[in-house]
Amino acid sequence: MMMETDRKDGRTPNQPRMLSCSRNILHRAHGSASWSRGETKVLAAVYGPKAGTKKNEDPEKACIEVIWKPKTGQIGKAEKECEMIMKKTIQSICLLTVNPNTTTSVVVQVVNDDGALLPCAINAACAALVDAGIPMKHLAVAICCCVAEEGSVVLDPTKLEEQQMRGFAYLVFPNSALSALPKGSSLVDGEPLEHGIITSVTHGVMSVDEYLRCVGRGRAACAKLSDVLRRSLQKSE
Amino acid sequence: MKVWISSKEKKPMGLDQSPNARHSLQSRIPKNCHHWTLTRSEFPAVASSSKTAVNRRPNPRRPPTAYCCREISRLAPPNSPPDPASLVVAIPDSQTRPGARTLEEIQKKVTMGLVDSSGDLSGEMEVDAFRRLFPLRYYERHLAESIRPDGRTLGMARDTTLALGAVSSADGSALTKIGSTTMLAAIKMEVMTPSAESPDEGCIAIEFHMPPICSPIVRPGRPAEAAVVESKRLSDTILRYGRMESLDVQPRTIWLVFCSSGMINLKELALVSGKAAWMAYLDIYCLDADGALFDAALLSAVAAFSHLQIPVVSLNDKGKIVAFTEEGDTVGKLEKEAVNKEKRKLTLGNIPFSLTCALHKKHILADPSSEEESIMETLVTVVMDSSDRLVSFYKPGGALAYTSLVTDCVRLTRQRMKELEKILDEAFSGMEVD
Repeated sequence: MMMETDRKDGRTPNQPRMLSCSRNILHRAHGSASWSRGETKVLAAVYGPKAGTKKNEDPEKACIEVIWKPKTGQIGKAEKECEMIMKKTIQSICLLTVNPNTTTSVVVQVVNDDGALLPCAINAACAALVDAGIPMKHLAVAICCCVAEEGSVVLDPTKLEEQQMRGFAYLVFPNSALSALPKGSSLVDGEPLEHGIITSVTHGVMSVDEYLRCVGRGRAACAKLSDVLRRSLQKSE
Repeated sequence: MKVWISSKEKKPMGLDQSPNARHSLQSRIPKNCHHWTLTRSEFPAVASSSKTAVNRRPNPRRPPTAYCCREISRLAPPNSPPDPASLVVAIPDSQTRPGARTLEEIQKKVTMGLVDSSGDLSGEMEVDAFRRLFPLRYYERHLAESIRPDGRTLGMARDTTLALGAVSSADGSALTKIGSTTMLAAIKMEVMTPSAESPDEGCIAIEFHMPPICSPIVRPGRPAEAAVVESKRLSDTILRYGRMESLDVQPRTIWLVFCSSGMINLKELALVSGKAAWMAYLDIYCLDADGALFDAALLSAVAAFSHLQIPVVSLNDKGKIVAFTEEGDTVGKLEKEAVNKEKRKLTLGNIPFSLTCALHKKHILADPSSEEESIMETLVTVVMDSSDRLVSFYKPGGALAYTSLVTDCVRLTRQRMKELEKILDEAFSGMEVD
């Protein structure tokens, strides 16, 4: 029998931290949002669409540019990697052919880092894109799942937990669709659309089964999170 | 590219619509013709609008490829299917490849299929031109037959070769080629003072360089974004971490890591506890970027670490570590023994192997080339180690991946891991024989 890990802040393994999300906080930016999970807080601003694309980018599509600003220190390799992952994630959710030959800049400012930073940033960027009115296919909902030493899956770790766990995975799923169609009609491979993984970044070592369990737990958590997100976005209209 | 756009011949050629027109046209044009000839029958849009590209000389300064592409795309709008009536089949001379025969059959089928579908001989386009202008459709035609343009099946990786000891001045080095992608890894060792928190651990600094030689999109000056990202991913994969700090020591960023059970145990790099430890600088140079850069870089790093011979050192009178020389100075120096005479090679734990796959609709293409990577937006890199554990499942954005896809990618990576282990073993047994 696997023992459930007791977490330092008293949460159960399946319980994510307190979430707070607010939109339209910056007035000069075309869209802005702040997203915080417990102590981790990220501020995202969207400027765009602006005319012209960057060099080496396809002019028949819109171009997305992500600028990641860390809380302290200079921009290094980790920031560039986060920028690249976020850029590719946002490119796959935006409708790039609606505004060709334009650039949309997403600026992400880390206010505080206490674990699960990249998922928080992706959620904030998504809310900011909604606030700016950038056309998207669906929203992206991100979560961090980690694997403890004995193989159990823990959701939304703090920074200390991330370092102590055997491995963790940042997972991004599309948000669940509210649809008038009957339930089984839009299945792909026997799975509904929101079960597909948009982005997955793992650190540390885990077995393939543990990874698939993380994905399963992440999906369930993201389904709940997307309901919360939908309500919060509709409320602040 | 052998598409013909007219230059000096005022008289339009090939007006006859007979099936032999193509052959007669080709026989009239000399082999190394630098002029581009266009026939009225080929591009009816040209025939209707008189003052277009028919009699214009190609601009000598503009590269001919760009000119041809632009002219064709202007004449035949990209959205309407051009459906060239026939393709001149360029059968590659690749008889030794396993898929060669099927590839020829496919290209013949493509030719015949196109002739049948459009009744009129409205255009004549070569395979190369179709490949450049409509790359996605070119690939989809091949994927429908479960084969790729270079003759591989969907799950097959390119030929991989490994050469150890490529850089003789380095303590460990390896040159890896996966298809055309070439990576050179070299390790230099230096003695340094370990930090106070980890007095008996060494340190490894990994840097991945993409010099302009590797690809036309990389220019001198700013490092390519891909280089920075690959550098970080390699550091993460090779050195797994418990607690991590980073120091910026100009210009290198050094990661002080604690290795739990990764490939390399940093405690092996210790010399004298608290006073001296090894610092290994691993530099990986990409010499040719043709897709799957991470796979080749990881393989070359692993090979370089396996090939590494730690230099023999000894402690001199002042308590400093110096290089050990066996020149036989007798007086007073006999007590100077090598500090690490027995410990010359690193023992590697679980070795990670990786495979990059490109996803397109329902197809998974293992080990994509740079052309495939640029067309297909979704790339997945799976890294597994020799004890069948998943080190990394890296999928930055792209199309949605379902569980079946995850399991398929993992299965392909396991197959590839067996091939790579064999290649690594062969390279080492070959070296030991020497």
